[in-house]
Amino acid sequence: MSTPTPQVAKPAAPKPKVQKEDAMMIQKELINRNYHELATAHQTGRKISATFVPGNLNELLMCFDFARSLPETNQLQNGMRKKSGKFIMDAERDGHSEDVCTYVKSDLGMMLNSEVGPTGEALPKPDVLLLSYTGCFTFMKWFELIRQKYGCETTMLHVPYQGDGKISPNMRDYVVKQLKENVIPTLERVSGVKFDIDRLREYMKESQKAEEDLVAVLQSAKNRPSPIDGYFGAVYYIGPIFTAFRGSSDATTFYRTLRGEIEARVREKKGPMTPDGELTEEKYRLVVEGPPNWTSFREFWKMFYDEGAVVVASTYAKVGGVYDFGFRHNPDRPLESLAEYCLGCYTNLNFPQRIDMICKYIEEYQADGLLINSIKSCNSFSAGQLLILREVEKRTGKPAAFIETDLVDPRYFSAANVKNRLESYLQMISQKRQAVPSAPSIVRGAAH
Amino acid sequence: MSKLTEIVQRCEALFEDLHFNAVKEWKAAVPGRKAVGYMPWYVPRELIHAAGMLPVGIFGGGDQLEVIQGDAYYQSYICRIPRSTIELGLTGRLDCLDGMLFPSICDVIRNLSGMWQIMFKDKYVRYFDVPQEYSDAVGGEFYVHEMQSLREDLAKLAGRPVTDDDLRKSIAVYNENSLAMRELYAYRSAKPWQAPTSEVYLVSRAGNVLPPEVHTLLVRDYIAAADAEPRPKRDNARVVVTGAFCEQPPLGLIKSIEMAGCYIVDDDLILVNRWLLDDVVTEGDPLLALSQSFLHRSASTASKYDAKREDKGKFLLDSVKKHAAEGVIFAAPSFCDPALLERPMLQEVLAKHKIPYTAFKYAENTGQMAPIREQAGTFADSIKLWSAA
Repeated sequence: MSTPTPQVAKPAAPKPKVQKEDAMMIQKELINRNYHELATAHQTGRKISATFVPGNLNELLMCFDFARSLPETNQLQNGMRKKSGKFIMDAERDGHSEDVCTYVKSDLGMMLNSEVGPTGEALPKPDVLLLSYTGCFTFMKWFELIRQKYGCETTMLHVPYQGDGKISPNMRDYVVKQLKENVIPTLERVSGVKFDIDRLREYMKESQKAEEDLVAVLQSAKNRPSPIDGYFGAVYYIGPIFTAFRGSSDATTFYRTLRGEIEARVREKKGPMTPDGELTEEKYRLVVEGPPNWTSFREFWKMFYDEGAVVVASTYAKVGGVYDFGFRHNPDRPLESLAEYCLGCYTNLNFPQRIDMICKYIEEYQADGLLINSIKSCNSFSAGQLLILREVEKRTGKPAAFIETDLVDPRYFSAANVKNRLESYLQMISQKRQAVPSAPSIVRGAAH
Repeated sequence: MSKLTEIVQRCEALFEDLHFNAVKEWKAAVPGRKAVGYMPWYVPRELIHAAGMLPVGIFGGGDQLEVIQGDAYYQSYICRIPRSTIELGLTGRLDCLDGMLFPSICDVIRNLSGMWQIMFKDKYVRYFDVPQEYSDAVGGEFYVHEMQSLREDLAKLAGRPVTDDDLRKSIAVYNENSLAMRELYAYRSAKPWQAPTSEVYLVSRAGNVLPPEVHTLLVRDYIAAADAEPRPKRDNARVVVTGAFCEQPPLGLIKSIEMAGCYIVDDDLILVNRWLLDDVVTEGDPLLALSQSFLHRSASTASKYDAKREDKGKFLLDSVKKHAAEGVIFAAPSFCDPALLERPMLQEVLAKHKIPYTAFKYAENTGQMAPIREQAGTFADSIKLWSAA
């Protein structure tokens, strides 16, 4: 019998440095600064509002000087920082069903854990909940739960669903009236700041500029190779405009900088930046439907770029506003424009509209197919996605595939399963190409 | 066969008939008749009726339908009612319907409306939004417009206008039906041993497929027949069942709760029959009258926003008090977002008022009743043993 060799602890290999574009660094700084502003808001005499990403009325909230919190963003940050698993289990122990949205449970679990936010600073109780009930039924229950716990002042904005695939004057008028009769008076009362519609107009002018630049960035993926990843990378791009910054000069600067960077990448025929550096060989171009998984975000993304798969367009990048089909905030009709913004958010679109959008993306971005990341937590996105898959395949002739994960519950991310499915799907695309050889992989520097 | 048995058997036959022969027979009786389906929890059926059509409640496939094709459209974490409804549609069982309405109850049914538009292109399909803002000038005006738009659609489908007079007559018909349903629920609450919920449910459910005029008579016949046939009174616990407003529990589950020693004295099953709490005004603008009833005199459910924190649980507490209930059973379908997100809030309110409760989940095809019987039995025992102390 040989003597076992004593185990010698090896020094941990240094973590490879994560590669980021300049704009990504600015984005991170903005988000962190916002968390600090929230943490210190009450000390600095500011009131705090909370609202959701779809139907986020950021310009309006800025008119009342609120520090602005977005509960989904808080929980996705907690997910990325590996904090959400414990929060969810704590909420379940506190009586919340294992069947319901994990964003909600992570938020409630965070409350049970002394309100410590993603950056480690405590997040104070909001002074007002702006319940913009846009495209997601769960939002209503989420804020009812928070109101029950904290007794926060709550103002409801019911945004009707586009069941017929259009915005009727009745729907728009209903939202505008709620803004005038309920939302604005409540925000005035809570903040102590009088509403100034010209101030709103000024913010909306800023929004327009940022929206123009964001659309240019997202549509840059029509190039071959795509200079961006329109799903994983887009998470960084949409961050400021979907959260506490739309309408601010910070957002305008961010999007101008970002657009400049991306346009330079287009000129240089560069592929997208990934955490491991630039993707130099674009083998597959995909459209993705559904939100990402946050608890294993990097691992998930790596599965794509390791295979040379680039997401050229995603529906998730439209969840806080669909700008690439022409909508812009309009300072000439500010309240009507806010209403149309809410009514037009992606999850407020009906199924035929969603399918049309995906088919258009596949065509206009010359994608190889559709991948659906079905999220257990999110019925608004997920219920019926298997029909989307069938319809898109039927209409485009392009292959589609289906994977299942969750937003912030690490128990529902099975890396091996996801990887297997993704690899099988990419093989399927390759086989299809061999049958119809029309879409070669794009190597950086290759002639176009 | 007693009158009571005859009525219950008739209702059970209607309940079990997933080919909707009652609807087909109604349509065949007069050529050109049309029927429009609706899903839970609420649509203003008066509009369908006023257009001369039969409103038909579609509450899934229950525990007798084998779902094969419907499962191919949904992930494992979606509730059962949309998949069994798709199964009903794809197997031709809903061919007798000329249209379908999908109310704003949750994201799953909302998305099903779009799926229906794609899958059943030859049918009239509409997502029907109700207001979550309850003032006449804002939510009310929106709702009146939505109803007007539905009225115009139904008029096109019917091939004739739907006049204010038509609507007022239909409102009167449904007022009578709602009154009969309130009488039935009041009777059960007063004498639950005479009118077990396993029967009351079937009688209520018959209203999904029968014309309201016929259903009203049936309800009253049942009350008279049940009262004429004395049944033994047991020392059961009086409970309210809540959370079952969309996907329905199997009949066996209701029976199991009763067999376990509970009298169900109030519930939110097939809420559409009792949504409006009193008569809708039959004079003046009929859409305005329907709107005002919805906004100011309707029941509460998880899919309806509670405008104030103090409103949360009030409807349930009032029900417990009104029906002298000794406890509450939270029975919610698995993966039902509205019911399961609402549940902790209601439980907190009940706990504050020291009202005992228990909770479980089901699916419309739940087959194993032993655990539910045990849980309900233990709950009933605990009420009987401890609550009087």
